[in-house]
This record gives sequence, C-alpha cells and structure tokens, in this order.
Amino acid sequence: MANIIIPTPLRKFTANQASVETVGGTVQESVESLAKQFPDLNKHIFDAEGKIRQFIRIYVGDEDINALNQENTKVENSTVISIIPAIAGGAQ
Amino acid sequence: MAQVNFSKQELERYSRHLIIPEFNIEGQRKLKKAKVLVVGTGGLGSPLLLYLAAAGVGNIGILDFDVVDDSNLQRQVLFTVDDVGKPKSEAAKARLQKLNPHVNFTVHNTMLTSENALNIIKDYDLVADGTDNFPTRYLVNDACVILDKVNVYASIFRFEGQVSVFNYKNVDGVNGPHYRDLFPTPPPPGLVPSCAEGGVIGVLPGIIGSLQANEVLKVISGVGDPLAGRLFLFDALTFETRTMKVHKNKDTPAITQLIDYEIFCGLGEKENDQEVKEITVEELSSWKVTKKDFQLVDVREGYEYEIANLGGQLIPLGEISSHVNDIRSDVDVVVHCRSGKRSADAILQLEKLGFKNLYNLKGGILAWADQLDPEMAKY
Repeated sequence: MANIIIPTPLRKFTANQASVETVGGTVQESVESLAKQFPDLNKHIFDAEGKIRQFIRIYVGDEDINALNQENTKVENSTVISIIPAIAGGAQ
Repeated sequence: MAQVNFSKQELERYSRHLIIPEFNIEGQRKLKKAKVLVVGTGGLGSPLLLYLAAAGVGNIGILDFDVVDDSNLQRQVLFTVDDVGKPKSEAAKARLQKLNPHVNFTVHNTMLTSENALNIIKDYDLVADGTDNFPTRYLVNDACVILDKVNVYASIFRFEGQVSVFNYKNVDGVNGPHYRDLFPTPPPPGLVPSCAEGGVIGVLPGIIGSLQANEVLKVISGVGDPLAGRLFLFDALTFETRTMKVHKNKDTPAITQLIDYEIFCGLGEKENDQEVKEITVEELSSWKVTKKDFQLVDVREGYEYEIANLGGQLIPLGEISSHVNDIRSDVDVVVHCRSGKRSADAILQLEKLGFKNLYNLKGGILAWADQLDPEMAKY
C-alpha cells in the first residue's frame, strides 16, 4: 500500500487524479498497481523492456529510488511515492 | 576582489539589504560585481529579471530571440501593451533600466545555439535558465558544465513548477549534480507539451521565477543554503510542495562538447513535414467556397475548439485510434490542429492503417487566422 503522487503531465491518464492509492509491498508492485488501474499510463512510465523511462524519476519520500533499492525498494502504508517527469516550460 | 563602491543613491536604494546582518554591504558588493545571464525573458524571465535588477545585480545579460506577443501579457509581467511586436530582449532592457539605472544590461537578441552558447555564457558567472523547450534546457546545462558555471534552473507546466541549482561548487570545490544527472534523456517529442501547447496558469511563473531569483541571489552572495543537490516541486492546484534529493549519477557521461540538441531531443528529423501531404489555408478556403465534397477533422482538444474553430469534426489526437470509423475514406480529408504538428501526427497514425486521402492543413488554425480571418482569436 502506497500513495503515488501523479505529476501534471500524466494526470490526463489518471482521470485528473493528483494521487492514487496502490497495492503492493515494493515500488515495482506499487507502480504496476497504478498502471493496472490506469492502463494508458503504461507506455509513459515503462519502456518496451518494462524498465522505468529515463526522463522519469521515481522517489520514495524525498529520496530517489536509485539511491535506495531501485524498484525493489520496500513501501509501507504511509509511503508516498512521487513520479517526477522532466518538464521544460518557462518562456512561452 | 577590486573594491566595489556605492553612490549615496545606491546605498539608500539597497538599504533594506544592507541592514540584514548576514547579508549587509558585503552581500551587496557581491551582487554589484556579479554577471548573470538570464536565458529566456518570458514567464520565468520576467520576475527573474525584475527582482535581479531591483536587487542590484550589477551586470545582467538578457537573452531572447522572440518578440512580445499579446498572449504573453497574461503572465510576462515585464511587458506592457506598448511592447507588443518589439524584441523581448530590447523591451526588457528598456523596462529594467527604468527600474534600476545602476545596472549594466547586455542584450543578446538571438537564439542560444550550440554555435554561440559557449561564447556568450563564458562572460557570465551564473546562468538562470528560464527557457521553454528541452533542447535549450540541455544546451544551457551542457554549456554550464563545460564552462564550470552554476545553472539556476526552473521549469513550469500548467500548475506545476520545478526549481534547482545545478553544477554548484560547494566549499570543498566539488561540483554538485546537474540536469543530466536528474534527467539523463528528454521525453520523446509530444509527450510533455510546451506551455504554448499545454498552457500555464499565469501566476505560476511569478511564483517559480521568484524562487529562482532568490536562489540566484543566494548563490551570488553566499548567504544561505542554495538548492543544490535538491529539486523543489510546487503544485499550485493542491498547494503541495516537496523537496527531493538529487544525486550525481555515475552513469552520466562526461560532457566535453556541445551537440545538436534538436536531434538529441528527437526533434531534428522533420519526418512529419516530409511524409504527409499538405494543403494551404487558401486551398482549404477555395474547397469550402466551391463546396467540394471533403471532410474537415480537427484533432485539438474541446477547450481549444471553444477558443476558435473552422467548423471541423472534433476528434482529439488522443482519441483518433478509437474513432477511425469516423474518418471518411471515400473523399479527401483535411486534418488540422493549432499549428500543424498534431495533425501531422494524426495523419501518420491513420496512414499506417491504410488511409491515403489525408491532407495536413499547413500552419493549422494559426495560419488561417493570420492569412484569412484577422477576427479569429489566436492562442
């Protein structure tokens, strides 16, 4: 069980929900649970090999999962997972 | 450091800085001596430039190639109605000189490119990146890494903002993470729209650009803890703020030269333009006048249709694949969007399914407004 915060560019795939409750004991299971609820998200988060895309960072709390145990990082009921995409707006 | 002196007018002007114990006149001297390049004078550049100039940053470079447009004024508070049509960098300088005549402004009325970036940035101590596209983001980052400059970064999209300080050298002389450590590669074109396509709430660049200006002042003055190795996130809709850790990535390749950033971001190959058939707005107009039997399909979103439309059948790009049966194959079909980009994507999708009768409206509804209907609202 974790709460995943959805970034603005991906909210169109989650019926505009800013956060989604997921099931699973790891980051991988949580994100898969999210993608199962919102299948259109799949291709935006995972590449063809099922790996998380490079322009997206996944955080548990304030820490990058790459500095933890990657996708196998454990989550608990109170865990907040953030999906952080690159955005580029500013001048226009 | 050569002694930096202040006139009576400057001392009075900056007095609210001078009486902050940890900032004081030493901090102000550092500001006056500093050379900061602001890349992009739009939504983020507006508050950035206003606050940096007001605060007394002594040498400010203003880089932008664009001209002021009516649609800028919703958030680009640097400009007024009188500036519409003028080069942004020139209009910005004129406004800022009135705000603070003690600052030296340098105008770069040009696009930052792989050819000119190193030559422009080398003369500055720090770059504040307020651009609006991925190629320039990576270009600014790489140029700052090569030249060993701090890159104070901010980015916005709709209701969401990001701020960080990249390539910051700490007291031990070790450089912190940079943009490529956070995002090694850009998203594929079209996934994350620009503000021109995706929209942005007007006050958001004011909030985020002000935070960016604050980080610039902190880095220059040495006061406080800069947002190095951290990424600040703000969601204006939920009022959630988060500060995430950013680490150096051992897999980030060494940056030794600038590359073609359009190609790096997947924008270099103009396949769409070459592959799809096009018609001009004049041709479409004559088809309408002669009552030719054809279908007009609009692949924008419903809220865009509300602003302006050509009476086409609305099928947003994301729904094309589930509305294939609504596209006629017995007559010519003209597909259009705002500028011609999304409609080209739609045509490529449909041609893979066997359609051969599709024409992209060149320049989209913007071209129609420009060339045929001056009353039509552009956005």
